[in-house]
Amino acid sequence: MPPTAPLLVMRDIDKRFLGTHALSAASLEVAPGEIMALVGQNGAGKSTLIKVLTGAYSRDGGSILFASRPIDFASPQEAQRGGISTIYQEINLVPFRSVAENIFLGREYRRYGLLDWGRMNAEAAEVLRRFAVDIDVRRPLMDFSTAIQQMVAIARAVSFKAQLVIMDEPTSSLDEREVAVLFDVMRQLRAEGVAVIFITHRLDELYQVCDRVTVMRDGRTVTTSRMADVDKLHLISAMLGRDLETVRTHATGFSATSGKAGDEVLSAEGLQIGRKVRSARVEVRAGQIVGLAGLLGSGRTEVARAIFGADPPDAGTIRVMGREVSPREPSDAIALGVGYCSEDRKADGIIPDMSVRENITLGILPRLTSMGVVDEAKQRAIVDRFMARLAIKAASVEQKIRELSGGNQQKVLLARWLCTDPKLLILDEPTRGIDVGAKAEIQSLIRELADQGLGVLMISSELEEIVEGADRVFVLSDGRTVADLPHSAANASAIMAAMAHDDAAIAAASAGDHD
Amino acid sequence: MTDAPTIARKGAPFDVAGFFRRYAALTALLALLAFDFAFTPHFASLQTLNVNLTQVATIVIVSVGMTLVIATGGIDLSVGSLMAIAGALAPLIFLSPFGKAHPGLGDALAFVVPVAAAGLLGTFNGWFITRFRVQPIVGTLVMFIAGRGIGQVLTNGNLQVFKNPTFQFIGLGRVFGVPFQVIIMLALVAAAAWMLKRTLFGREILAVGGNERAARLAGVPVSRVKLWVYTISGLCAGVAGLVVVSINSSSDANLVGLGMELDAIAAVAVGGTPFTGGQASVVGSLIGALLIQLVRYTLLANGVPDAAALVVKGLIIAGAVWSQQRGKTT
Repeated sequence: MPPTAPLLVMRDIDKRFLGTHALSAASLEVAPGEIMALVGQNGAGKSTLIKVLTGAYSRDGGSILFASRPIDFASPQEAQRGGISTIYQEINLVPFRSVAENIFLGREYRRYGLLDWGRMNAEAAEVLRRFAVDIDVRRPLMDFSTAIQQMVAIARAVSFKAQLVIMDEPTSSLDEREVAVLFDVMRQLRAEGVAVIFITHRLDELYQVCDRVTVMRDGRTVTTSRMADVDKLHLISAMLGRDLETVRTHATGFSATSGKAGDEVLSAEGLQIGRKVRSARVEVRAGQIVGLAGLLGSGRTEVARAIFGADPPDAGTIRVMGREVSPREPSDAIALGVGYCSEDRKADGIIPDMSVRENITLGILPRLTSMGVVDEAKQRAIVDRFMARLAIKAASVEQKIRELSGGNQQKVLLARWLCTDPKLLILDEPTRGIDVGAKAEIQSLIRELADQGLGVLMISSELEEIVEGADRVFVLSDGRTVADLPHSAANASAIMAAMAHDDAAIAAASAGDHD
Repeated sequence: MTDAPTIARKGAPFDVAGFFRRYAALTALLALLAFDFAFTPHFASLQTLNVNLTQVATIVIVSVGMTLVIATGGIDLSVGSLMAIAGALAPLIFLSPFGKAHPGLGDALAFVVPVAAAGLLGTFNGWFITRFRVQPIVGTLVMFIAGRGIGQVLTNGNLQVFKNPTFQFIGLGRVFGVPFQVIIMLALVAAAAWMLKRTLFGREILAVGGNERAARLAGVPVSRVKLWVYTISGLCAGVAGLVVVSINSSSDANLVGLGMELDAIAAVAVGGTPFTGGQASVVGSLIGALLIQLVRYTLLANGVPDAAALVVKGLIIAGAVWSQQRGKTT
């Protein structure tokens, strides 16, 4: 425990959405002038906890003490006036207005009824200089880089006399040099006695700047410790909720792997995509399920989208069925026999107002067409076949897909790709947000498809899914492929060790545990 | 949380309120017709029918293209200006020395070239919007402003007066007593409705409007689809421009198609096509245009001034949007 009285004490916070617990008995304690890291998987409850703190959400239970006073902010604006400022990943400032205006937005200095620009510009420049940022504060905000814009957001927070600054993934769009500047600012804040809650997915960063770390999982705060007392491997296992030694077996719908691998359907090497992916490699053979593991932000989805032509890579080679290709559009990849079920069903998958029938046949429609007219008899036959094969539950094939459950929507999207008869199917989090029954069903279906010769590249944040489902596992960390494990070596500890870049631990884990 | 509650569809009793909400414009149109037959003097005549259909035809022709554009989630403000360009080009062609020397060829070109030009300018709209990711309302605003300028430059701002029965058949001719432009209107509505429902292109339009990102990931050529809907919108505007100038026997690039974009958008809105894209009804747009037209006619025929009719037109649009909103929340 820090020696002084804590600045913030959140205790036993409960938050329910429609009956499901988003937070249960979550607690967080931050000392004055401390940088507290808050980490966890997607959906662990970090954002919800922050939103409860800043009044964006009301809480269903628990207490919050800030500077020894119980608080219950009604809105983030009120929290800001109360001394808690939040800096979001997406910068919530006005790009067309000047830097100074942005800093003083909503509490401009006035003089004789007019705005006192001289004073505002001088103070804005002053507060930015404290963070070693020397810019012309009269220029519009959008003239500056994301990093500078973030500094402006921080300066704004500090000029509100914030005692606590919350930074929600501020580094995700910054390059290394900019990150270093941001860290200097955080240390400066700490030196001035301002506490920081720092949310990030890049674990390396925690060790550079944070004092303590709180890990969240499934809406609970599972552990809090000093940065110095915890290594990355333990941090990851706390986030994923896996005891380093034990992994539940038969927790998924995957039956034993077949081990039969056919010809190579995909090989991608040296992929480089924007800032997120530096050097990624994956290989998939026919009849194989290949797992692509990695923490959030490790570049898994970017790799998938690059192979599918959705965001072509900056460098690297992609071979599909042994032929080097460079898909520039998803339609190119589809023509090569590649399918991609995206992670975000709602944004990238379903066409909500279209029927189940139309959603299933969206990818294959050009092939069901003669002279531009859709052959509805053929369409109907395909839809009926896949509705039955995947046991899709809908009132009728004409029901709008948005009315279906998550599991059935996912099956419709699987059907969309299966009816194109792909050679390679990329599945990005195929079972996220799906109830347990449908999950096992989808998992056994994936295995069945692979046994019939389909090559599957499966991205998953669930270790069980990777460990039990995959015949081979590639682990991505920070945009690099750091491990390539056969099924026999791909146990939870080896994968987590790879995520943590711990080579010795990978070797030990994969040698010691052959199941 | 992401799962919408499943709505029971089968076995539910006939939903009267839902029916009227869905067919609000049609219901209003039928009610208004009943009113007119009962109270408006001389309503039940072929002449009344023809007057109304002739007046509405250009709006409907333009709103066919507009419906397709709106189905992709876009909007086309340039249609009125494209009408002016097409309307300016046609007389330029058949009044030119070449057109007078070869009347047959000149008249044929006077149909084809203006429509093709309007279509190409529509293609430009689509290219501009997809290539530079400009918002459609801004992208087509460029052509809305520049297009009318082009029309005026073509004619030096002069009024072109003409008398050319072959060409003017498009606006004044009749087939079995039916005005030719009404036949064009009905043919376009039928073709577009069929195309939306039955063809690959139609389904791709709705997929792009329903969820552009998902459509792209499913292999739909999003840019090509958009390029085509703006082209079709341009072609429709071109046809409408020819109809207007042949009715008037004159072409004034300052006036042809003025305000047409808003009339067409109003027809689409009243017809029940949502502006978010993904759903569209061309027949709905026809009904919407007919409803607006008939309201105006009814008010005029009963001695209410045109200015008041505009207010009613506004109220109809508000009512249409309101019924759509209710449809969404219930």
